[in-house]
Amino acid sequence: MSATTLTPEADDKLWSGNSKLRAWREGGVTLFLLLCAAVTILTTAGIVIVLSVETVEFFRKSGVSVLEFLTGTVLKPELSPPRYGILPLVWGTFVVAAGSTIIALPVGLLSAIYLSEYAPRALRLVLKPTLELLAGIPTIVYGYLALLVVTPVLKRVLEPVGLRVETFNALAACVVVGIMIIPMVSSLSEDVLSAVPRGLREAGYGLGATKFEVSTRIVLPAGLSGVVASFILALSRAIGETMAVVLAAGMRPQISLNPLTSIETMTAYIVAVTNGEASYGSPKYLSLFAVGMVLFLITLTLNIVSGFVLRRYREVYQ
Amino acid sequence: MSSASSSLYTPHRRSRRWLGPIFGVACFLATLTGVVVLSVVLGAVIAAALRRPGAEPWYAIGSHARDLFDLLVALAKKPQSSDPLLAGFRAGVVGSMWMLVLVAVFAIPFGVGAAVFLEEYVPPGPWRRIIQTNIANLAGVPSIVYGILGLALFVRAFGFKNLAMGRTLLAGSLTLSLLVLPVIVIATQEALRTVPNSLRQAALALGATRWQMVRDHVLPAALPGILTGTILSLSRAIGETAPLLMVGAAGAIGVLPKSPFDRYTVLPVEIYNYAKNPKVQFQTVTAGGILILLLLLLTMNATAIIIRNRYGRPGRG
Repeated sequence: MSATTLTPEADDKLWSGNSKLRAWREGGVTLFLLLCAAVTILTTAGIVIVLSVETVEFFRKSGVSVLEFLTGTVLKPELSPPRYGILPLVWGTFVVAAGSTIIALPVGLLSAIYLSEYAPRALRLVLKPTLELLAGIPTIVYGYLALLVVTPVLKRVLEPVGLRVETFNALAACVVVGIMIIPMVSSLSEDVLSAVPRGLREAGYGLGATKFEVSTRIVLPAGLSGVVASFILALSRAIGETMAVVLAAGMRPQISLNPLTSIETMTAYIVAVTNGEASYGSPKYLSLFAVGMVLFLITLTLNIVSGFVLRRYREVYQ
Repeated sequence: MSSASSSLYTPHRRSRRWLGPIFGVACFLATLTGVVVLSVVLGAVIAAALRRPGAEPWYAIGSHARDLFDLLVALAKKPQSSDPLLAGFRAGVVGSMWMLVLVAVFAIPFGVGAAVFLEEYVPPGPWRRIIQTNIANLAGVPSIVYGILGLALFVRAFGFKNLAMGRTLLAGSLTLSLLVLPVIVIATQEALRTVPNSLRQAALALGATRWQMVRDHVLPAALPGILTGTILSLSRAIGETAPLLMVGAAGAIGVLPKSPFDRYTVLPVEIYNYAKNPKVQFQTVTAGGILILLLLLLTMNATAIIIRNRYGRPGRG
C-alpha cells in the first residue's frame, strides 16, 4: 500500500497494527458525532409528537371542538360543563408582547445605532460586555423586579391620578419584559449595522451628509433586514416569556383593555395548570398541551419569518 | 431643477445643525438604559435583602458589604422554612450544583459533537441545511415548551411506568440539556469557523485522519470560543425556572438529593416559591436568594466574556 517503507516488517510494526484500529476508531467517532446531530433532530420530533399526541387526547377527552377552543372567549375549566376558550390567553400574551416591544424596539434600535455608529472604541469595549451580562440575568429576577420596583412605582404615580393599579398587572409585565428583551434587540441589530460596509458611509460623508443622516438614511436602510429580523425574534421571545409574566401579570384569564388589571398569558396558564391540583390525564391537565401547541406554533412561525426576512432581504455586498 | 433642489434643502439647513446632536444624545441615553437597569436591579435587590427595622436607606449599602456577604452565606446554609427568620436556600443551592454538573455532563459532549459533525464531517448540501435550520429553530423554542417535552418524555414516559423517571434530578437535567443543546451547538460552530482552513489541510497532508485532525488541531484551536459558549449556556440552564417547574422541581423538599434519582429543587424555583409568599418578611429572603443567584451567574458570564476577549475572535475587538 505504501511505497515509502523500507522493509515489510517495519511496515507491519508501524502501520498495520494501527490501521485496523484507526479505521474502527474513525468509524466509531463518526457514528457518535452523527448520533449527536441526530439528537437535535429527535428533539424537534419529540416536541412535535408530544404536543400533537396530547393535544389530540385533550380534544378527545374534553369533548371541546377545535373551533370552540380557538375562538372561545371564556376559560373556566372548573365550570360544568368546563369552558376552554383560548382567546383570553392569546389576548394576554398579545398585550404583553405588544407592550414590551413598544418599549424595547426604540430603545434597542437607538442603542444599536449608538454602538455601531457613535460610540468611541473604548466605550464600545465596555458597553458590549455589559449588554451581554444584562442578557444573562434570569427571567425570574425580572419578575421579582416587577413586584419589588415597577408595580410600587406605578401605584405611586398612577393612584393619585385616580387609577386603580392591581398588585398583578399587565403594564408592569410589559415594562419588565420590554427591559428584558432590549439587550437582544440591540445586540442583534448592532451586529447587522456594523456589518454595513464602510464605503457606503464614506460615500455619504463625501456627499456632505451629517453623521445623523448617514446613520438614519444610509446605514439603517442597508441593515434593515437584520433589524426587522431582530424585532421579530424579540417579539417571539416576549411571547414565550414565562417567569417574569407569571410573577408580574398574575393569572386571571380575561380580555380587558385596561393594562392595570391582572391578565393571564399562555405561558402563565401552563405553569398554573402544572402547579395546580389537576391530575395527570384529566382534561384540564391535557389542556396545557393544547395551549403549548398554540404557543409553539406561534413562536415557530415568527422564528421562521425572521430567518426568511434576514435571508430574503439581505443586501449582499462584495 | 435648481429651484426644486433648493426648496428641498433650505428648510433642512437649520434642523440639520441640531437634529444630529440630539439624535446622538438620544442614542447614548438609550444605550445607558442597560447600565441603569443593571444598577437598579442590584440596588433594589440589595436594599431589599438588607431591609430590617430602622435600616439605613439604599445609598448606605456600600458600608454594608461585609454584612451582606455574611447574610448571603447564612441564607445559603439555612433550610427551607415557612418562618422567614429561619428560611434559606440550602436545598436550592445543592440542587442547582447537581444540575450544573449533570447538564454539563449531558449537554457538552452532545453539543460539541453535533457542531463538529456539522462543521467538519457533513459536506455543504441539503442535509446540512436541514439540520442547521432545525437547530436555529430549536434555539427559538420557548423554554416552557421544553418543560412540556420533559414532562411527557422523561417524567411520564408517555405513561410507560417502567421508563418514567418521575420528578428526579435526572429528568430535570435531561430537560435542561435539551434546552441548552442548540445554544452550545451554535456557539461551537462559530468557534470552529474561526479556525483557519490551512490548519486542517496541514494536518490532513501529514496523514492525520479526520478525527485526529479534529481532536489534535481544530478543537484545541477553537477551545476558547467553545468554552465561552458552553459557560454562557450553562449559566442559562442555572437561571431557568419555568421548565423545571413543569418537570417537578419540588416546592418543598425534606432531604437533600444524594443521587440523580432523587427528588430535588433548584435555586430559581425556591426563589419563585418565596416570592409568591404573601408574608412581607419573605421579601428579604427572596432578595437574598436572588443575590446568590445573580452572584453565581454574573461570575460565570463574566468569566466567559473574559475568556473570549482574551483568547478569542481573531479580527474582532
